Amino acid sequence: MDTKVGKPRAVVCTIASDAHTWNLMFLQLLLEDHGFAVHNLGSCVPVVEVVDCCLRERPHLLVLSTVNGHGLIEAPGFIQAVRNRTELRSLPVVVGGKLNVDGAVPDDDVRNLLRLGFDAVFASAAAAEEFPRFLAHVGQAAAAN
Amino acid sequence: MTELGFFGGRVARHDGLVTQTRMGFSDPWRMLEGLRAVRNAGAGTVGTITLDSFTRTGNLDRAREELLRGTPLNGYPLLAHGAARTRELIGAFDQSRFPIQIRHGSPRPYMIFREMLAAGITATEGGPVSYCLPYSREPLAAAVTEWARSCELLSEYRGPGAPVHLESFSGCMLGQLCPPGLLVALNILEGLFFLEHGLRSISLSYAQQTNHRQDFGAITALRRLARERLAGADWHITIYTFMGVFPESALGARSLIEESARLAASTGSERLIVKTVAEAFRIPTIAENVQALRWATAAAAGAEPDDDDDAAEAVYREAGTLIDAVLDQHANIGQALIGAFRKGLLDVPYCLHPDNANQARTTIDSAGRLQWASTGRMPIATGRAGAEPRVSAADLLTMLDYHRRRFDGSHVQEKGHHHDDDRIAPAGHGSGQLDACR
Ligand code: B12
Repeated sequence: MDTKVGKPRAVVCTIASDAHTWNLMFLQLLLEDHGFAVHNLGSCVPVVEVVDCCLRERPHLLVLSTVNGHGLIEAPGFIQAVRNRTELRSLPVVVGGKLNVDGAVPDDDVRNLLRLGFDAVFASAAAAEEFPRFLAHVGQAAAAN
Repeated sequence: MTELGFFGGRVARHDGLVTQTRMGFSDPWRMLEGLRAVRNAGAGTVGTITLDSFTRTGNLDRAREELLRGTPLNGYPLLAHGAARTRELIGAFDQSRFPIQIRHGSPRPYMIFREMLAAGITATEGGPVSYCLPYSREPLAAAVTEWARSCELLSEYRGPGAPVHLESFSGCMLGQLCPPGLLVALNILEGLFFLEHGLRSISLSYAQQTNHRQDFGAITALRRLARERLAGADWHITIYTFMGVFPESALGARSLIEESARLAASTGSERLIVKTVAEAFRIPTIAENVQALRWATAAAAGAEPDDDDDAAEAVYREAGTLIDAVLDQHANIGQALIGAFRKGLLDVPYCLHPDNANQARTTIDSAGRLQWASTGRMPIATGRAGAEPRVSAADLLTMLDYHRRRFDGSHVQEKGHHHDDDRIAPAGHGSGQLDACR
């Protein structure tokens, strides 16, 4: 792991039931390409481990990626566990990937995830194109601190 | 293929390629309907029940809870439905003609196997490495222990449908970008592990990669090594349609599925597991699965025998070197595998599992062949000079999207084309959801 001072830090993770890692590998490289130091937690992470990691490392961004179709089931519990910790209340947290087994995520579900505490939801290919802009924003905010 | 044929001889009467889907639904009625449709799709199909991710990762409570809520899962929750209900469901099938295989992706499969046998199903898949590294964060040592006792449970089974058939999933490590030498070596090593724990009816696997001729060679090498090293086993070879990032267009997906069927038929492989036009997007419908079986059967029928001696020789040598290096570690195969991964003698490219060295890297050459960019501490060479520069996110996507570029071409406008005629609204879902996914 790269913990160089000065670089914004990001944690990349998935939900406990999801074994896919190419998405995590891709996001790690993308974040590194944008100047982040990345801690990649790998497949099937229990949310307690994600929370512990964030408390320890105090990242500037937490990225949840899941594609196995159980995202809409597990993401609500995930964000609640993160936001339950006062220290992590203002941590930017985003989610993206293939969030259900039907191919398209209804707007209501996206709104629900935002309401529960995610800062952004990238649930389609079009939405994912907005991600670099979001990263630039987080990177600037981190640098300003 | 040896005398016993598939699954203890149950599909042996069929001459052509046996085809199979990767289907699994949480709704038992839909699962039943799907199995029926596959059985009726033509001669030589095998049934599949693919399990959901909660059951795979040992979260039985969550599988139960979501089932009660009517949430559609990404597979059939075998433990939550239970053996009795599953036995009733598959009672509709004569497994001496239409055997059913459980596909599960679990590093700790004991409970799944127990329930499967109680339900009357005697074919499954996986392995201590192939169902640990790509599927979990469980320590490899734990998966080896669990798989040892689970294999013994299978090999001791003497009930109807015995002997139990077990397929190694080693031919698919991470679905893509794993050079064939390592895929072939892992198959033989898992095969030896199965034999060590008393199994006799096994199969080996190989997933279509990025170059047809390299794949021919790999399958020939696999067959040759299996003959030499798996004496005493009744084995056959299962080919998988490409297991990585899939074309998005229906025509592109179809072309890739057909190419895999020709690969399986040309190499004399016995069984083929297909993907569908929905692969790039979502869980496929029953109709999409049946359509893929039909395309595959038709494409296989027209294929001529083919091979590539040079490619076979290269894979044979590389796999042999890896196998010997592992066997040198310990007399017990499970311990040898643990030791080999610890030392990096086996190293799966891009695999983030904590027990994988993750120093090996792959590249795709100008002919589309998978090559090592870096072999880490494995006892094999890259055949290339100099260290590989850092791969960017865009570089990684370029490699992952290889078949998309090859096959989507002008067809991308049909992206996301649906064949939703068999979609049954799951309990608790309004029509709004269905409309939204059309
Ligand atoms: C490779 C693969 C596997 C490998 C994974 C190996 C590994 N350790 O990674 C293996 C074979 C092991 C596997 C297993 C399974 N898989 Co799989 N797999 C794939 C496959 C073919 C390619 C995935 C891939 O490599 N993608 C490359 C990365 C870079 O792309 P990506 O994941 O799509 O992510 C992109 C975007 O989604 C986005 N993105 C993702 N996350 C995020 C997050 C943020 C914040 C942002 C901005 C963007 C973003 O950015 C990425 C780049 O564009 C896909 C289908 C496909 N895409 O063609 C199925 C697929 C993801 N698998 C699927 C399933 C269901 C499974 C299984 C449950 C088995 C099954 N029932 O079929 C198991 C998983 C077990 C478990 N416990 O979860 C389904 C999911 C269905 C759904 N969501 O509706 C898919 C879609 C196939 C299908 N159509 O059925 N799989």
